[in-house]
Amino acid sequence: MRISIASGKGGTGKTLVATSLALALSDRHHVQLLDCDVEEPNDHVFLRPEITGRETVTIPVPKVNEEKCTHCRKCAEVCAYNAIAVLGNRVLTFPQLCHGCGACSYLCPEKAITEVGHEIGTVEWGRFGGVAFVHGRLTVGEAMAPPVIRKVKERVNNYDIAIVDVPPGTSCPVVEAIKGSDFCILVTEPTPFGLNDLALAVETVQELAVPCGVVLNRAGIGDSRVVDYCSENSIPVLLTIPLDLEIARLYSRGIALVAGMPQWKSSFLELFDMVTELVVERNRSAKR
Amino acid sequence: MKEIVVLSGKGGTGKTSIVGALAALAQSKVLADCDVDAADLHLLLRPSEKMRTEFWSGKVARIDQDRCDECGLCQELCRFHAIRDFQVEEASCEGCGLCHHVCPTEAITMRENMAGHWFISGTRYGPLVHARLGIAQENSGKLVAVVRQQARKVAEEQALDYVISDGPPGIGCPVISSLSGASLALLVTEPTLSGMHDLDRVLGVCRHFGVPATVCINKYDINEENTRQTEEQCSRQAVDVVARIPFDNAVTESIVRGVPIVEYSDGRVTREIVTMWRRISGASEGSSPA
Ligand code: SF4
Ligand code: SF4
Repeated sequence: MRISIASGKGGTGKTLVATSLALALSDRHHVQLLDCDVEEPNDHVFLRPEITGRETVTIPVPKVNEEKCTHCRKCAEVCAYNAIAVLGNRVLTFPQLCHGCGACSYLCPEKAITEVGHEIGTVEWGRFGGVAFVHGRLTVGEAMAPPVIRKVKERVNNYDIAIVDVPPGTSCPVVEAIKGSDFCILVTEPTPFGLNDLALAVETVQELAVPCGVVLNRAGIGDSRVVDYCSENSIPVLLTIPLDLEIARLYSRGIALVAGMPQWKSSFLELFDMVTELVVERNRSAKR
Repeated sequence: MKEIVVLSGKGGTGKTSIVGALAALAQSKVLADCDVDAADLHLLLRPSEKMRTEFWSGKVARIDQDRCDECGLCQELCRFHAIRDFQVEEASCEGCGLCHHVCPTEAITMRENMAGHWFISGTRYGPLVHARLGIAQENSGKLVAVVRQQARKVAEEQALDYVISDGPPGIGCPVISSLSGASLALLVTEPTLSGMHDLDRVLGVCRHFGVPATVCINKYDINEENTRQTEEQCSRQAVDVVARIPFDNAVTESIVRGVPIVEYSDGRVTREIVTMWRRISGASEGSSPA
């Protein structure tokens, strides 16, 4: 079972839900927590896992052998991202723009291009208690998050429950992280910003045909429009977490909610049971 | 013309509320919403759309089934695993065109992709350039670049002093696109352990691209010890902390009403933001901050 935790907008409590759900489940199940928010990974702050392994993420970028190159410009013509240019009798490459597609090296008529690894991030893994932990980190100054996310997701094993912390937004990194999930939990808050971004997130998961439900965080502030939206669109509200100074303080100190307030554990277990039920139901109706 | 981009690392730190407040405070400016994935600024500024333009960007491969011999070369070469059973999975296609170039029967064409829209609108506070990226689209960085470019153009045409932009979350492609070449990055952070981690990374990006940064600690009173540490973190990197804004429910109330906080309340949050703007506008005009 793979559950992703997303939100259109950052800072709604995605990290809180991902870490607490993983910790709550870890007594009874094998759980993996994969932090795919590689631009700003934060789950480790709350888990403080012991890191036991590390891998650098590279993408293959072109390296031109000047002796073989005839400056025919083929490489520059085929590159869709302007990552390689021929200026007079020099070929310039721009690794930050390169997607590592391999078109230039494959299509160079002189076989003048080989590929070298360009580091764009790292993936680390380890353990905290019963939680197997993986996260990725985009190198500062690099632009391309999806390859790092793909590397994190390669470590999903299909035996355990996998919880995937998704980056904020609705574009390519989000899609990359959610793809392959059985269910997506959308975390939001009851404000007009929360509603606007929730509606975008719902569209995104629907595009990917992943079923979703909502966790409403900081309930008590704002207005009732998020709840109205959910009931109008038949999106289940799976859990409500109130605006509470104590919860905010724990969060600010980097303490997971179920670690600081163990009474919350049963709520997260119920959340998991609800998600399981929804997934089973959906699979059953899909088979019919 | 000065270009100020407001960033926050993770998002959800109050960035958009602060941009909304600056919209009401700054005299001569154009606003730009560079958070093209999940734009929220319009909820405070209530723009009326004046111009809408399609954003065409990137390409997607399409296989003509009548021409395809099912040789499988495209599938083998595609590094994004976007071709399965001689069909293109559009969400995975990065539009590199390798398949198009190698297909021996020329069955693959590259089709332009309409990835969203951008708008120029009018608001009570001046012009706003904003955009809407289509769901699950790529190239948000390019759309951010278009929004900035258009905002600058408006500023030049109307001889405005500032471009104030609401930046995207994270540190990746859209952030780099919103930041490079700006006059100042205003980083809005929260005194949480995770906020401090995020701040470090955004400061790193600012340094990497040579953009001067200044920090605003929002909700500083939810953890004063962390606020102190954030201030130390900043002073170690020779970055100014221009404001410490207290937590106040009035901020959320103002969002619910759809007005900038400075027009909703004259409490401590508003006073602190007013002082912050004086400092920033003073500093960016060359005189030293008070
Ligand atoms: S395609 Fe090959 S030979 Fe032609 S310019 Fe590029 S590197 Fe040189
Ligand atoms: S690998 Fe692809 S993206 Fe990179 S330079 Fe070559 S053609 Fe361009």
